[in-house]
Amino acid sequence: MSELITKSASELADLLADGQIKSVELTRAHLEQIQAVNPKVNAFLHVDADGALAAAADSDARRARGEVGSALDGIPIAIKDNFCTTGMPTTCGSRMLEGWVPPYDATAVQRLKEAGLVILGKTNMDEFAMGSSTETSAFGPSRNPWDLERVPGGSGGGSSAAVAACLTPLALGSDTGGSIRQPGAVTGTVGVKPTYGGVSRYGVVAMASSLDQPGPVTRTVLDSALLHEIIGGHDPMDSTSIAQSLPALADAAQRCDVRGLKVGVVKEFGGEGYEPDVEARFAEAVQWLQDGGAEVVEVSCPHFEYALAAYYLIMPAELSSNLARFDAVRYGLRLGDDGRNGMEAVTAITRGQGFGKEAKRRLIIGTYALSSGYHDQFYGSAQKVRTLVAGDFDRAFAQCDVLVSPTTPTVAFKLGERTGDPMAMYKADLCTIPSNLAGNASASFPIGLSAAGLPVGLQVIAPPMADDRCYQVGGFIEAKVESDTGPLLAKAAPIVGSKAVW
Amino acid sequence: MALSAEDVARLAALARLDLTNAECAELAPELDVILTSVAAVGEVAGPDVPLMTHALPLVNVMRDDEVRPSLPREVVLAGAPDVEEGRFRVPQILSED
Repeated sequence: MSELITKSASELADLLADGQIKSVELTRAHLEQIQAVNPKVNAFLHVDADGALAAAADSDARRARGEVGSALDGIPIAIKDNFCTTGMPTTCGSRMLEGWVPPYDATAVQRLKEAGLVILGKTNMDEFAMGSSTETSAFGPSRNPWDLERVPGGSGGGSSAAVAACLTPLALGSDTGGSIRQPGAVTGTVGVKPTYGGVSRYGVVAMASSLDQPGPVTRTVLDSALLHEIIGGHDPMDSTSIAQSLPALADAAQRCDVRGLKVGVVKEFGGEGYEPDVEARFAEAVQWLQDGGAEVVEVSCPHFEYALAAYYLIMPAELSSNLARFDAVRYGLRLGDDGRNGMEAVTAITRGQGFGKEAKRRLIIGTYALSSGYHDQFYGSAQKVRTLVAGDFDRAFAQCDVLVSPTTPTVAFKLGERTGDPMAMYKADLCTIPSNLAGNASASFPIGLSAAGLPVGLQVIAPPMADDRCYQVGGFIEAKVESDTGPLLAKAAPIVGSKAVW
Repeated sequence: MALSAEDVARLAALARLDLTNAECAELAPELDVILTSVAAVGEVAGPDVPLMTHALPLVNVMRDDEVRPSLPREVVLAGAPDVEEGRFRVPQILSED
């Protein structure tokens, strides 16, 4: 049993700094928890125990010499399986890349290594990040630590489940339409989608390039801020990386003060399709902000109702182009190369058998939306809606510092509940998609539980490069939840075999 | 709109996806529901609305034209499905007809 694995990364960093614990001991405690709990939650696709223990020993040696690499030197972390990692497979949850080991590290991974973090392994995800439940992973779904019969969200459900079940204090995710925030909301964890261009996409396997954004997945707001400060900032290897420094995120996370902040409640995010418990927890969180001295106003973003439709054209169009690189030549699977089949046939056979059903759906939608005769009607119109959604944000941010909404319309749904109904699955990202279209900063923070005891998240949206405002609100909300009831994750029924002690 | 299994097969061929007839028949009604739903974008996309192609205003990013080391050949080829004489091996790319 371990009290170490329930602590936040910032608390653990203090213990390491004081010499009360060693990184090797901390890493071993997490590896033991992975061994005990991963068979039940399927959060990790690959665990690099030897590499992690060696990195931890290096960290301890550095610290003994007085050469600490960063605030999080020696802290374990898990990485979503669409980040390229040397020495570890990167499958993107797909048979297409099963066993593939990249020849280079993603910039975010490189920065973690330079900062001295200890990489435990790679986490499960929907195939090429296409999904909201991890059920499209070729390697089986991950499960929600709050209820093993429910989904941990997606696409980054491996990272959210790993953090929620204390298999790791920190994880990396990537968010194209909600893949960091929605898993955060349904597992009672913190997930931040930074401003587009705020964290480098170099080495993150591309899904929809104009929407993808890597970011932190953690149990506390300060931990996300600390991790964001390590992975974020300009990268010359990503031509869409913003060449300016990040705001002071960890400071904002610790401010715990929202006096004078203008908070806009987006009125379109509510009503039909929203569970009463989600709306009730959301209303309470808004009241906390008001009681804390924030000025709350209602704002209207009338084009948000078209955001989901625009997203399900723009994203498939981009991914159908990006996934063309899986042609059975340079990496991954090759099938049907029998000496008689030509290149085109081998590519088609490999893709037909290597991609799962949801990938096929989206590849065909994207191909349709881009095809001659339909391009203007579908892809062109979707790009116009993107302009209208961004305009709604501009008008809202002219009156407000941040916008808030529920992160998801419902709490975690059951495994299998939506796999036969793609539109129902897509609606899990109804509230998170507009921020990807506009490229602003957006985060999900736990605010409480439904009557059935499942987590509910608050989404906080800030203008581009004002990510600090998300952390400021998140830190305030977290302090309120903790002072009222203690850490939310301590309320989850323990998983049999778990070593976590709260 | 009513997308047919034949339409799906034609699109799958464009996407270099070898699908069975059963897959095409199963996907057609699913994709039809999705495409009918996303067609709603046409309701507000008037002729005077500009296109937004990216989350950021994009600019060309240039670097100095200096030779830099690239990844070693054997490292790049290590992940390839088939390799011959230090190169990616591909099936024949031209057919006889």
